[in-house]
Amino acid sequence: MEFEPVIGLEVHAQLKSNTKIFCGCSTAFGAPPNTHVCPVCLGMPGMLPVLNRKVVEYALKMALATGCVVSKKSRFARKNYFYPDLPKGYQISQYELPIAEHGAVEIDLDGKRKRIGLTRIHMEEDAGKLIHDPNRPVSFVDFNRTGVPLIEIVSEPDIRSPEEAGAYLRKLRSILRYLGISDGNMEEGSFRCDANVSIRAQGTEPFGIRTELKNLNSFKHVENALAYEIRRQQAVAAEGGRVVQETRLWDPERSRTVSMRGKEEAHDYRYFPDPDLLPLMIEDEWIESVQKTLPELPDEKKGRFETVYGLPAYDAGVLTASKELADFFEACVSAGAGAKSASNWIMGPLLGLLHAAATPVEESPVSADHLAELIGLIENDTISGKIAKTVFDEMAASSKAPAVIVEEKGLVQVTDAGAIEAAVDAVLARCPDEVEAYKGGKTKLLGFFVGQVMKETRGKANPKLANEVLKAKLK
Amino acid sequence: MKITHDEVRYVADLARLDLDEAAVDKFAGQIGEILLYIDKLNEVDTDGVDPTSHAIFLTNAFREDELVEPLDTDRALANAPEQENGCFVVPKIIP
Repeated sequence: MEFEPVIGLEVHAQLKSNTKIFCGCSTAFGAPPNTHVCPVCLGMPGMLPVLNRKVVEYALKMALATGCVVSKKSRFARKNYFYPDLPKGYQISQYELPIAEHGAVEIDLDGKRKRIGLTRIHMEEDAGKLIHDPNRPVSFVDFNRTGVPLIEIVSEPDIRSPEEAGAYLRKLRSILRYLGISDGNMEEGSFRCDANVSIRAQGTEPFGIRTELKNLNSFKHVENALAYEIRRQQAVAAEGGRVVQETRLWDPERSRTVSMRGKEEAHDYRYFPDPDLLPLMIEDEWIESVQKTLPELPDEKKGRFETVYGLPAYDAGVLTASKELADFFEACVSAGAGAKSASNWIMGPLLGLLHAAATPVEESPVSADHLAELIGLIENDTISGKIAKTVFDEMAASSKAPAVIVEEKGLVQVTDAGAIEAAVDAVLARCPDEVEAYKGGKTKLLGFFVGQVMKETRGKANPKLANEVLKAKLK
Repeated sequence: MKITHDEVRYVADLARLDLDEAAVDKFAGQIGEILLYIDKLNEVDTDGVDPTSHAIFLTNAFREDELVEPLDTDRALANAPEQENGCFVVPKIIP
């Protein structure tokens, strides 16, 4: 029997407000332990949480950017559980009245577009951080992160493969970053993902028993963990066994998921409306004013790059994956570069350079203006494409303008027919055997001769011209 | 009886309370009485009435996204039974 996986993802994204969701403590990352705390986030008796307006605004942005229906009235609830990362004994979250529901994002995979539904988006506070002592039976608690604002984005079980899960997460992160409301950094924990996975017989309606996967700290971990878990569940089913509903941890060292023992009993969080926080009413005027602040989003930008610049869908997708990269491309084009040339240079050498150095495009040693200038030098035949690569490497190293590098290193392309003829004559004189063979019918040797001419001119000969002169002389 | 002994034990377990049998018996009786009292509400016709989550009819209290001076770490930790290097120290519990 063929099984198909059914996957739903829960994403927690940290919002970039300056202060926590219910108090004025800083949200900055990396401060010494318990220096960003106050009676509210420490859960001291008598404290009163007050909602940060900016957090609501950011949550609204995400809701509108993903086509959600914003709830006119929403409410905060207490999720009760005991764990030392939670000083109050409950987490303030939203339960039966979340701020937004029924949205969707679209993913592009293998040239196909697919809609992944969003069940809901809700606001909640983050918990603190525990550091477990490796030698003693104690843990250290740092409450700096307690109360940092999160939105939880819950997808419909619309995802059918690990690759779709990866594409969905990348799209969510891209939207969050375009909106400027979250860093979306998985490694630093500002973008976290849990996955629900089950399998069912291909084409049947009811879902199978699902497991929940945790400890997915990178896009790669998500995809690897899902692939493993799907194989594991298929193996259980193939042997006539039954998948058990449980939480499983991804162990990246050993590339497998492991059951979290002791979590078999269902959670009973005893949610109830938080009496400390008033119901949240969102009037149409607020929604409209936030709507007006939405930037051009990844899908729109991608569409525009295809129609306005005539780029292939693939190029448009790569260039618009981040707003900064898209801005770089547009700066390059407005500095005079042809769109497709700019795209090729950015997707190839530039991204290669940035990835290798782990540099964000905003700090690229090669500026958009300089890249446009380099492309111009190729297009007006000042340098060959081959030399351009050398110039690019030098630009990456020194951040100098390409014209300066070409001048300093004497890299101007030789387009003077006389100079090329001289080089061709020298090569032909040096290689009588090959000339004989060529004339005897081995015309494939033309490439060899072109190579020799390039060598003779230290790469500066215009290859097209060299070709023509060679063909004429070898007749 | 409105609540069983097992339900009392379950709720106690969620609240991390360690009850002996005598206490379970006592609370089952007391909670049962409270529940019976609350049951009186069921006699009222509440069709078309929204569940009440707040006793005051206000909405939307906000603060602006402005930093407020935090508590000194020493003061934050002042009541902690144990502390070390600016952290609260608790028994190790791995979920």
